[in-house]
Amino acid sequence: MWRHAWRLARKDLLIEFRSRTAILSAVVFTVLVLMVFNFGRDPTAVAAVDLAPSILWVTFTFAAMLALNRAFQLELENQALDGLLLAPVSRSSIYLGKLIANLVFVGTVEAVGLPLFALFFNVRITPVLGPLVVVIALATIGFVAVGTLFSAMTGRTRFAELLLPVLLLPFMLPPLIWAVLATAALLAGRPLSEATGWLRLLAAFDIVFVTLAFVLFPATVSE
Amino acid sequence: MLLAEGLRHAFGAVRALDDISFALHAGQTLAVFGPNGAGKTTLLKVLAGLIQPRAGRAHIEGGRGAVGWIGHQPQLYGHLTVRENLRFWGSLYDVPAAEQSRRETDLLSRLDLHAHAERPVRALSRGLVQRVAIARALIHDPRVLLLDEPFTGLDRTAAEEFRRLLAGQTADRGGRVTVLVTHNVEEGTELATDVAFMRAGRFVELAPRAGRGAAAIADAYRRAVTGG
Amino acid sequence: MKLLKSGRWITLVGFALLAAVYVRALAFTPVERTQGMAQKIFYLHLPAAIWTEGAMILVGVASIFFLFLKDQRIDRFAEATAEVGLVFGMLVLTTGPIWGKPIWGTWWTWDARLTLTLLLFLMYVGYLLLRGAVTDPGLRARYAAVLGICGMCLVPFVHLSVYMFRTLHPQPIVIKPSAPSLPGEMLATLGFSFLVFTVLGVGFVIQRYGLSLLRDEAEPHA
Repeated sequence: MWRHAWRLARKDLLIEFRSRTAILSAVVFTVLVLMVFNFGRDPTAVAAVDLAPSILWVTFTFAAMLALNRAFQLELENQALDGLLLAPVSRSSIYLGKLIANLVFVGTVEAVGLPLFALFFNVRITPVLGPLVVVIALATIGFVAVGTLFSAMTGRTRFAELLLPVLLLPFMLPPLIWAVLATAALLAGRPLSEATGWLRLLAAFDIVFVTLAFVLFPATVSE
Repeated sequence: MLLAEGLRHAFGAVRALDDISFALHAGQTLAVFGPNGAGKTTLLKVLAGLIQPRAGRAHIEGGRGAVGWIGHQPQLYGHLTVRENLRFWGSLYDVPAAEQSRRETDLLSRLDLHAHAERPVRALSRGLVQRVAIARALIHDPRVLLLDEPFTGLDRTAAEEFRRLLAGQTADRGGRVTVLVTHNVEEGTELATDVAFMRAGRFVELAPRAGRGAAAIADAYRRAVTGG
Repeated sequence: MKLLKSGRWITLVGFALLAAVYVRALAFTPVERTQGMAQKIFYLHLPAAIWTEGAMILVGVASIFFLFLKDQRIDRFAEATAEVGLVFGMLVLTTGPIWGKPIWGTWWTWDARLTLTLLLFLMYVGYLLLRGAVTDPGLRARYAAVLGICGMCLVPFVHLSVYMFRTLHPQPIVIKPSAPSLPGEMLATLGFSFLVFTVLGVGFVIQRYGLSLLRDEAEPHA
């Protein structure tokens, strides 16, 4: 299963980085959002470190949405989904492949966004970089897992780009809130033990929803 | 090699397949003719394992890995080159690397695609894309080939060329079973060894072609399906 | 039609009982000390909130059954329950602020119950939008079931995090997760109201199910 999933993911990433439109727009969008937030606040009234976690996560969330919107678009454009279903590839491999590709995509945008964020908002992330990356990774896995499952369903509907965010919103809010709280704790220099509660929730969420997505994905493509 | 037993399927209240049974052996090509909505695509999808029938069973020796499909969608990734597409699809069927290279070269030369091997598929004309689609369907050397209205959207010349290429592929691979469904009797007859007429989910006739020409088959079809 | 009729009867009975609840609430139940008359809305608010959440769990369980049994009736039930959940959710979200404004001076607070209900409401909206966006009935039922199961699984997480969040940022505790510390008569009225809401819920679901059935019979391929 992993073998096929990896090949599927590689194919997606190859196409994505070759066509470059999606990744570029995601990165540009990230920069834009960060800049707008910076100019929008009054530096004397609000300390950067108070708003910072929210800003970071709003940016990442939008980037994830951009990635997820085009997730199954690729198969639809090329009408290749049936071809994938015909091949002796398990449905779970297809999901896993998409998940990996989406995670790499969003991860890349986050890897660009995080240093920019630290730069623009003068936030010191290096002392807490390790735990911060863990928080980002866990939260990203959470909403990309659910988002990949949902994009398989919304792809063929009429208002796909609108429907996906609406469906995803209630599922993104909990991990997002936990991530913001954990990030806030970390950036404020609080001891690690304060953030662990949120980390555990994120991990539990990931385990439950990745498993659920694996189990439910075949139902979205079978006939 | 291909067996269908008592296949029944419906979409809601609409009966798509109604007690379809037949068996095909190596070297046979069955052409299924029927009007739109007769259930032809459903039949192929059930044979391929894409749809689970409500009743009955379909068995293809070798499972999904032994099936190749050519439909009106080329199922190719526009941003990838011809060769990359072939390599990707081959990898999904677990074609070993050495075999993969050999077959790629073979198919590319047979289908006259060598000059375009490194070009992205979206840069190719419709006719070329059709040829790449054939290569894609054959890259894993399937024992069973399913064709779903493959002549759709092709003009006479293109259809003729497609038929020629297909005949060449089928003839070389002597042990292959092919099922072709189409509503166009003229285009499908030449390739067939056996012929079936389908209407409202049923086979109203299933017989060997027995050397009959397109006109004779078209006649028989008209009589069988439109009832005189 | 039989279903619709019995549904309507049940609903009418439910409404009549609801009126009875309010007679009791206004005339026979003591006025709450600090909140005054505004608190009376509580008898609508809490049962509706419980049923909003309950409906989501029902949708989730029904969805699981649907994926295994593929029975269209289960799908119709899930759809009906989701719509009723939506209505109850709207009730909670409107009675909440109406209750809150005279007491805290704000229309909205991020207290546990309201936040949970808001998320549930959004999930119902999503569920019904998804159903509306898919034209093929078989696909629609399957997609809805997938979403329903995910929704049901999200509920415990929201519960957990909202209550955890509240321990860090104390809010005026209106509805306690622990045993209600209400005087006997209020509790009785509340219990009565909960039963009434159950009756109403059942009535609504039956009616909605009946409507679905009629629609499916009239347009089998819609």
